[in-house]
Amino acid sequence: MCLFRDMMSYFPEEVLEHVFDFLTSHRDRNAVSLVCKSWYSLERFSREKVFIGNCYAVNPERLIARFPRVRSLTLKGKPHFADFNLVPHDWGGDVYPWIEAMTKNGINLEELRLKRMLVSDESLELLAKSFPNFKSLVLVSCEGFTTDGLAAIASNCRFLRELDLQENEVDDRKGHWLSCFPDSCTSLVSLNFACLKGEVNVAALERLVARCHNLRSLRVNHAVPLEALQKILVKAPQINDLGTGSFVHDPDSETSKKMKNTLENCKSVRSLSGFLDVNPHCLPAVYPICTDLTSLNLSYAPGIYSNELIKLICHCKKLERLWILDTIGDKGLGAVASTCKELQELRVFPSDLYGADNAAAVTEEGLVSISAGCPKLNSLLYFCQQMTNAALITVAKNCPNFIRFRLCTLNPVIPDAVTNLPLDEGFGAIVQSCKGLKRLSVSGRLTDQVFLYIGMYAEQLEMLSIAFAGDSDKGMLYVLNGCKKLKKLEIRDSPFGNAALLSDMGKYETMRSLWMSSCEVTYGACKTLAEKMPTLNVEIINEGEDQVEASSSPDARHRVEKMYLYRTLVGPRRDAPDFVWTL
Amino acid sequence: MSPPLLGIEGHNQANVSPMASSSSTDCVSQNVSCLKERNYLGLSDCSSVDSSTVMLTVPADPKSNLNLKATELRLGLPGSHSPGRESEFSPLIDEKQLFPLIPSKDGIFSSGNKRGFADTVNAFSSRPAGTHTKTEVASQECNNNKINGSNISSAPSAKAQVVGWPPIRSFRKNTLATTSKKNDDVIFVKVSMDGAPYLRKVDLRTCATYQELSSALEKMFSCFTIGQCGPEGAPSREVLSESKLRDILHGSEYVLTYEDKDGDWMLVGDVPWEMFISSCKRLKIMKGSDAIGLAPRALEKSKNRN
Repeated sequence: MCLFRDMMSYFPEEVLEHVFDFLTSHRDRNAVSLVCKSWYSLERFSREKVFIGNCYAVNPERLIARFPRVRSLTLKGKPHFADFNLVPHDWGGDVYPWIEAMTKNGINLEELRLKRMLVSDESLELLAKSFPNFKSLVLVSCEGFTTDGLAAIASNCRFLRELDLQENEVDDRKGHWLSCFPDSCTSLVSLNFACLKGEVNVAALERLVARCHNLRSLRVNHAVPLEALQKILVKAPQINDLGTGSFVHDPDSETSKKMKNTLENCKSVRSLSGFLDVNPHCLPAVYPICTDLTSLNLSYAPGIYSNELIKLICHCKKLERLWILDTIGDKGLGAVASTCKELQELRVFPSDLYGADNAAAVTEEGLVSISAGCPKLNSLLYFCQQMTNAALITVAKNCPNFIRFRLCTLNPVIPDAVTNLPLDEGFGAIVQSCKGLKRLSVSGRLTDQVFLYIGMYAEQLEMLSIAFAGDSDKGMLYVLNGCKKLKKLEIRDSPFGNAALLSDMGKYETMRSLWMSSCEVTYGACKTLAEKMPTLNVEIINEGEDQVEASSSPDARHRVEKMYLYRTLVGPRRDAPDFVWTL
Repeated sequence: MSPPLLGIEGHNQANVSPMASSSSTDCVSQNVSCLKERNYLGLSDCSSVDSSTVMLTVPADPKSNLNLKATELRLGLPGSHSPGRESEFSPLIDEKQLFPLIPSKDGIFSSGNKRGFADTVNAFSSRPAGTHTKTEVASQECNNNKINGSNISSAPSAKAQVVGWPPIRSFRKNTLATTSKKNDDVIFVKVSMDGAPYLRKVDLRTCATYQELSSALEKMFSCFTIGQCGPEGAPSREVLSESKLRDILHGSEYVLTYEDKDGDWMLVGDVPWEMFISSCKRLKIMKGSDAIGLAPRALEKSKNRN
C-alpha cells in the first residue's frame, strides 16, 4: 500500500488524465473516482459524458458542480412501467430545469440523450439557442413537444450531426420544420423522424440529404412515399441505416424498378426498418440489400404476411438483429433459424391486440427452433400465445449466453400449455444456465418457486420485471436476498406485501429503484420505510379509483395502488404534482 | 371434487371478512349467500379500503393473503384460462377472481361482460341448487367464446382490458392500431366461372392492382378453359393455357364482374383499387354472351387496359 502510494504520486496529473481518457464506460469512471481523493478530483474534471439513470437521483446543480466539463448528458425520467400507461402523463421528468441550469453555468453541451422525459418546445428552443456546439439530440419515448420545437433545433443548431427521434408522441403542427434546416447545414450524419405522424416537405428533405454528404442514417416517416424516397436515395448511396416510409406502389411500375436499381447502388446499407405502409409485392426491391443486412426491423409493418416475410428473410444470412411481428408465425421463425446463423437479438411483437385469440401468433415451438438454429442469441423479447417448461429448458440448454431474456405470454397467467403446471421450472432453467443474465421479464403462471430459482442463480441480474406472479412475500424476499446486483425491480399485480417490502430496507440503497403496483403493500409500511430511510424517496401515486382526499391522511392499513421508490442524493423532489405524494 | 367447486371453496374461505367468518367456514354446501358476496363479475363497489380492513384482522398467512386478494377488484381477463386447465390444476389464486369483468380505466366496457352477467343470472335462476353455477357458467361462456370465435369479434378482446398488458409501448400500440385498420386481415372472396365445376377463392389483399388480380385469376382458371384439369399441371401447359386464357379474357368471351355490398353485379375496373376491394363481396367470370350489354364495354375496357 505504501509503495503504491509513492508510485502513484510520481505520475503527473496529465498522465493520469491521459489514461482516464481511455475509460469510456461510465461504470469504469465511477469506479476510478472512488479510488482516492486525487483520482476523484482528476476524474471529475476530465469526464465529458455523464449518464444519469434516474433524473431525480441527483439535480442539475450537483451535476454541474461535480462535472463542470460535461459535454454529453444522458437522462432517464419516468419509471419503465410508464411505457404501459401505468404512470400518469404529468408525473414529472421535465428536462427544462436541466437545460436551464446548464445554460446558466456555461456548460458546453454537445449531446443530449433523453428517455421517458417530458420535453417541451420551450426546452428545445432554449437548448437550440444556448449551446453553439450542440451536435446530437436523441429522444426516446418522450413527449410534450411539437414540430415547432424541432423547427427551433433545425434552425439554430449550426453543427447538428444527429437528430434521432424514437417512438415519441409528437404533436404535429404541420409546420415545415424540415425546411428550417438552413442551406448552410451540411453536417447531418443521422436523421430519424419515423415517429412523426404528419406531412413533411419532401423537396426540402431531398435538398437536405443532397448537401449532407456525411449522412449515414436516414429514417423517414410514413408521409414520405416510395417515389420520393427513391429520389432521395440516389443522392445518398453511402447510407448505412435506412428507414423507409410508405413502401407502396405498383410493383410493375417504372418507379418500383427505379427503386430496385437505386437500392442496388446502396451497397453500405446494414440496417433496414420502416415499411409502415407496405405493398408486399414491392418487397423484392430490397432483396439486393438483404445480403449484407445486420439489422432488420419490420415490427411496424403488419401488412406483410408470413410467406413474404420468409421470402425476405431467406436473403438475410448475416442478420444479427431482427425485430418482427408475430405474424411471422412459428414456421417463419423456423426459416429465421435456418437462415440467420449470426442472430444475436430477436424481438417478436404481438400484431393483433384487439382481436380474438390470434391463430397467427407464435408459440413455444418458434422459440425452440430459434434457440436451436441461432446459438449466438443473447437478447430476446418474445410475445407468445403459449409456452411450456420443456421448451424453456431446451432454450436454456441451446442458448446459455442470454444477457436479456424477456418473455411475455399474451395471457399473463397462462400455465404450461402441455402440463398445466406453472412455468417455474422453465424460467429456473433459464437463470441457471445463463450465467450472464442481466435483464429478465417473467410471465405466465408462476409461484414463489420461480423466485427461489432467480434468487439462487441469477447472480448478475440487474433488472427484473414481474407481473401477476408469486404466491406470497417469500417470492419477493428470495429475489431481494439473492440477487446481489439487482438495480431495478418492477412488480405489478402480485401478492407481495409489507413483510417483503420492509425486510431489508438497506437493500434499496444499493438499487436504482423499486416499482410496486397492485400489490399488497400498505400506506403504513411505505411511511415506515420512508421514515427509516432518508436516502430514499418513497412516492405514492394516488389517483383513479384509489384516490384518497389529500386533506385526510389515509389509514395506515390502506393498500397502496402504486408505489415508486428510488435512492436519491437530493431529497424529495419539488416538482411532484398533486397526485404524487413523497412520504 | 370438480375444480369449480374447489375454486369456490377456496373463495369462500378467502372471502372472509372477519364479520362473516362464521358463516363461510363450512360454506361449500350452502354457499348461495357466499356466492352473493363474491365479487365474481366485479360489478359491486368493493373498495380497496374495505379490503385493507379485512387484511388487517387476518394474520400474515400467505394463503389468506392471497385469498383476500382474490376478492379485490382487478382489471383482468374474463375467462382467460384455457379449458384444459380447469380440470387438472387447482390454482391457489383462482384466476377468475383475479380477473373479474369490470370496466377498464379507459372506459372500455366489454359487451361480453353483459352477456356473462345475463347468462349467470339465467343459469342461477334455473339451477336452485347451483353450488358451482357461476363458475360453470363462466367456463361455459368462455368455452362458447372459444368455439364461436365470431361472437367475440364484436366485443373488445379480453387482452385489451388489462391496463398495460401486453406490455408494449403505447406509441407502438397506437401506431399498429391505425396501420392495421388499413391492412385489414385477408380478404378472401369467392370466384365463380361459368361452366367451371367448382369455385375458387382469392385473397384480394395479395394484389395491388387490377392487373395483378387478372393474372391471379388467369392462373387459377386456366385449367378450366383448356379442359385440362390436372392438379398443378406441367409448366409448359400452364403457360399455354394462361396466354390462351388471357386472350379469352381480354377478348369478348369472358367478362369479370363482382357483386358489391348492395348486392349489385358490377363490372370490375371502374373504381380505384382500394375502393373496389372494400366493396367487393364475390367475383364472377361471366361468359360474354351472358353479359349482354356489358360485353361491348368490357371489350373496350380490356382493350384500353392492354
